[in-house]
Amino acid sequence: MGQELIKLSHINKSYGDGKFSVPVLHDVSLSIEEGEYLAIMGPSGSGKSTLMNMIGCLDRPDSGEYTLAGENVFSLDDNGLSRLRNRTIGFVFQNFNLLPRETVLENVALPLLYAGVARAERLERAREVLEGVGLSDRVEFYPTQLSGGQKQRVAIARAMVNRPRVLLADEPTGALDSASGRQVMEIFQRLNDVGVTIVMITHAQEIADRARRTIHIFDGEVRE
Amino acid sequence: MLENISLSFRGIWSHKLRSILTMLGIIIGIAAIIAIVSTIQGTNEQIKQNLVGSGTNTVTVTLYKDGWNYEFDYEGRTDLPPLSEDLKAKISEIEVVQSASFIHSRDYAGVLCKGKELAGSSLYGVDGSYFDTAGYQIVRGRGFSRRELSARPGRVCILDRSACSAAFGGEDPIGGTVEVNGIPFTVIGVVKESSTFEPTINSMSDYNTYSGNKNSKVFVPVSAWPLLYGYDEPETVIVRANTTDDMTEAGRRTANLINDTLGLKTDDSSALHYQSEDLLSQAADLQQLAASTNIMLIAIASISLLVGGIGVMNIMLVSVTERTREIGLKKALGARRRQILMQFLTEAVVLSLLGGVLGVLVGIGLSAIISSVAQIPVAFSVPAVLIALGFSMLVGIVFGLLPSVKASKLDPIEALRYE
Repeated sequence: MGQELIKLSHINKSYGDGKFSVPVLHDVSLSIEEGEYLAIMGPSGSGKSTLMNMIGCLDRPDSGEYTLAGENVFSLDDNGLSRLRNRTIGFVFQNFNLLPRETVLENVALPLLYAGVARAERLERAREVLEGVGLSDRVEFYPTQLSGGQKQRVAIARAMVNRPRVLLADEPTGALDSASGRQVMEIFQRLNDVGVTIVMITHAQEIADRARRTIHIFDGEVRE
Repeated sequence: MLENISLSFRGIWSHKLRSILTMLGIIIGIAAIIAIVSTIQGTNEQIKQNLVGSGTNTVTVTLYKDGWNYEFDYEGRTDLPPLSEDLKAKISEIEVVQSASFIHSRDYAGVLCKGKELAGSSLYGVDGSYFDTAGYQIVRGRGFSRRELSARPGRVCILDRSACSAAFGGEDPIGGTVEVNGIPFTVIGVVKESSTFEPTINSMSDYNTYSGNKNSKVFVPVSAWPLLYGYDEPETVIVRANTTDDMTEAGRRTANLINDTLGLKTDDSSALHYQSEDLLSQAADLQQLAASTNIMLIAIASISLLVGGIGVMNIMLVSVTERTREIGLKKALGARRRQILMQFLTEAVVLSLLGGVLGVLVGIGLSAIISSVAQIPVAFSVPAVLIALGFSMLVGIVFGLLPSVKASKLDPIEALRYE
């Protein structure tokens, strides 16, 4: 275990305003070190998605501090956040979020477009990561031609293509059958073995068990 | 950028029907403008050709009095001397002038052939450079020799083809004789105009403009003129300009040079002076008239472009809403606002530019149909096409901006959650 990569302190967030404001996160503090494999568990409505968005630099709190890879996240402007997300975080979603009109290869190469990498290199690197998730023979396919498990592997390849420090996964196996889910978990394990920090939201205990550390969130409060 | 363009084409292609319907407004607007402009251009070219004539770019500079051509046979002789060879050389030196030539002419000269008068024939006294300057070529026999053009002129003449067939029918005219004012001239050659020109006659005024071209012409050496009419008179000057657009300039400068040399007053129109028959400026007036009546039509067609632009905006707004998740995902993956904005703006511009290109094609087709149905010549105008394409691009930018800004400002969390 190495340096502190993610440090949230005293995060408060509520939705709505005035009398009708609903608190979602209450004084959340969380520290994640480089190379950790963390699962966040909690029932629906517990605030775990909001916490995830906060870690993913997609949302801003009402109060609190967040340091990601040494950067003070909430002091950055919109462009700064885009750049930080692009370089530091890889997202994996429950429902894959692949672009249906683009090939698998183009989908995976997309983050590199925003990183300003030239086209030939983009496609080259996309091919490499696709090989890493065992989909070399599917690069010219369209997402609609793939099974759920294959789609999620494409999404993982896309998340990893720009070599992020953190893989942020929101219910990565939620839409998959158990065999595909196991495959995804194996890939996560492999990535963690080579030093990628993984933060995963789930409500399935057997998935959380794969992680080395689990935290629980209830009514906007974190418990280890 | 290239990425955005190919993305746009894929987007447009995957919604073919919708894209075509969106582009329809722009297609109709651009097509209408192209068709109108082509028709105006065609009409203008026709006016220019009809008035300016055979394409030889010749301008006649002649004596005027009280706003009319000075007619020697009605108004009698003048105090003016014949023009000098020296002056001819000076006229030829004007940059826009290619060549100059001095002539005399009489309409209804009463040329006789075998005792019969050639109806409506005109007589021309011409110098050695006339046939070149005015664009004639010798088709039978020969031209005037240097000796025949000298101060002791030869009694020889050259006929144009209509005079030739009126006088001799099918017979060989060479060696035949025609008689002018009792003096016999031997026919040595026949000429025709080098470029044939069929004017389009739509009205009485057109007819009057061109009827002169149909006369039979008889040419004699210019030095024979005193022999025929008893006295010398100042000639009419024919100049050939370098280009059609130089004709006005060539005529004006030639007239100025002659007036200055002879000390003729030009500020008083009742005084005798040289003036060019400026057909080009008459053409410009007519063209102006044609253009101004069509500006209204262009304005109406532009309204269709406006409607087309609103259509583009509408469909882009739909597209932004449809692709909310895609926008959210791209932001999560690191796309900046500017990149999202450019993606949608490019799509709007590609869509309307494509409409513009199709509109130009339809417009060209429409022009061809108008041209064949209404018998109006149509000239295809490259600047009009470029302006039309530029305009459709502008429509894309203006009407694509609002949807694109809307897309770029979407909150990524909301966008990712959007179903």
